[in-house]
Amino acid sequence: MRTPRLIAIATLAVFATACSQQGPGESGAPAAAAGSARTIGLAISTQNNPFFVELKDGAQKAAADAGLQLVVVDAQDDPARQISGVEDLIQKKVSAILLNPTDSSALTGAVQSANRAHVPVITLDRVVNGAQVASHIASDNVAGGAMAAQFLARRLNGKGNVIELVGVPGTSAARDRGNGFNDEAEKLGLKIVAQQPANFDRAQGLSVTENLLQAHPNANAIFAQNDEMALGALRALSGSKHGPVVVVSFDGTPDAIEAVKQGQLEATVAQQPAEIGRLGIETARKLLDGQGVQKSTAVPLKLVAKDSAL
Amino acid sequence: MTEAFLRTPKSSLSLQRSLSVLQRMGPAIGLLLLFVVLSILSPDFLIAGNLLTVLRQVSINALIAFGMTFVILTGGIDLSVGALLALAGAVTADTMAAGHGMGLAIAAGLGTGLLLGLVNGALVSWGRVAPFIATLGMMTLVRGLTLSYTQGRPIGVENPGFALLGDGYVAHLVPIPVIWMFALFAISGFLLRGTVLGRHVVAIGGNEEAARLSGVRVPSIKLAVYGLSGLLSAFAGIVLTSRLYSAQATAGVGYELDAIAAVVLGGTSLSGGRGWLFGTLIGALLIGFLNNGLNLVGVSSFYQQVVKGAVILIAVLLDRRK
Repeated sequence: MRTPRLIAIATLAVFATACSQQGPGESGAPAAAAGSARTIGLAISTQNNPFFVELKDGAQKAAADAGLQLVVVDAQDDPARQISGVEDLIQKKVSAILLNPTDSSALTGAVQSANRAHVPVITLDRVVNGAQVASHIASDNVAGGAMAAQFLARRLNGKGNVIELVGVPGTSAARDRGNGFNDEAEKLGLKIVAQQPANFDRAQGLSVTENLLQAHPNANAIFAQNDEMALGALRALSGSKHGPVVVVSFDGTPDAIEAVKQGQLEATVAQQPAEIGRLGIETARKLLDGQGVQKSTAVPLKLVAKDSAL
Repeated sequence: MTEAFLRTPKSSLSLQRSLSVLQRMGPAIGLLLLFVVLSILSPDFLIAGNLLTVLRQVSINALIAFGMTFVILTGGIDLSVGALLALAGAVTADTMAAGHGMGLAIAAGLGTGLLLGLVNGALVSWGRVAPFIATLGMMTLVRGLTLSYTQGRPIGVENPGFALLGDGYVAHLVPIPVIWMFALFAISGFLLRGTVLGRHVVAIGGNEEAARLSGVRVPSIKLAVYGLSGLLSAFAGIVLTSRLYSAQATAGVGYELDAIAAVVLGGTSLSGGRGWLFGTLIGALLIGFLNNGLNLVGVSSFYQQVVKGAVILIAVLLDRRK
């Protein structure tokens, strides 16, 4: 009875000491990537949103111009799938990874794996908490949120009852746009009557807006944290008997700019997703060539309203 | 082949027997073919590091699919697994965030999954609700619970011991989730092959009325099977939470379909009574290696879904033909 128990304990002890968070081949020298020295990986959060498709297109065009090969993996908004995608890129021995995280907290481990494999990571549009990245490229979302609040305050002479459609909770884009908007709205005397997540999604923007219009007959403005939700909200408005509602959103996708031209959407705070993608490739190229890069780059925003959209 | 293919007695004619040999080899042959093709197409594929990475990627789906195999063998289905995974992860992370130890947190997460799985079982057996509807209702309910519990925000985990569960390695080589996968494969395989419970599960799926008349306590077995599915989903949720350093309110959306696909690819009949756990493991590996291989080869992510859908359809069609 005693010996088997000893063996069991010994095995357990060996097992326990052998456990670590360091995986195979992650401690060695920089990966010698002979065949694929000029391949860049892009791990994109979703392609079910025109914003990220534009970002990807911008990166693809820039990569082609710079003579770099670009491999795209799509997470379909699932962080676990994105981790797998990043691991696959590491296995493929890409020289750098452009990461557009699905979520700011879940990708920490994946970035650490890349660091251990000596593959530099550049985050696009959203940050990754608690991990070391070579560079971060994004719009100044806080400033953009404030721009939207200023526009609404001007347009409604400071007397607004605003419904806020919130993006995917936990993403830095949703948090920063929300904070920028909410702080500025409070300063300017706008009242936020409701705040609900519609997860950056057009269909959810439609249904959430329908419900909120029902619940808040006095609402006269909607701030959507992205265009897709706003376009959903516009559908809800066109089918309702609710009084006039001013809709302002964020991103400046082609659909939204078109809606601004037609006078349905009052304004959108336009980001330049293609520019984010282009700068990502540009930064990766500099890294490969051994040049220094900026720790973070803010891509400028601009408010597109009807008179300025033409 | 370490495990015999489980069949209902009525299909044991000799012709059917030889056909079923072919049938059970199908998924394994498919996996082998996939290996050969991917090794030719990508120089990075057939490397120990990559294969271990894929095993780790597969482990979450495999854990869920093991439980799903039992449910499908009884002729049922469990659509609530992805939602249970998310809730169990959130409960575990939140228990630790409240300052409790890792052991209690894991017990709380597993308990949540087991309890709600048992509720599924009770609805199906005593409530006489169709499994599809019972677990669909549970899925929606649990998704809502998870969202209100987390307020839609991820719950971070900072416990370094807990991080090992999903993100650690044994001897710097084998990812720990892979150990879980093979350990639970062995345990589930024993349950299915070596115990009365397993034989009763297959008997119910073959002919529930006949099983009942020959003394199988159908309601208790169903209760156990849905409970097991809930428990395994909760465990998968805990491993995933560890890998993600956080519990995500929206984790596991669509995982029920991946698990069902693994079970069906492995050759288990959706109408119950016929199937095996080894096939499910192969099915999960097929899906995982396909995902990984398509990324390595650099197939556009739009076409990846087309390829995966086509593979599932072809595999099931071939399974029918034999």
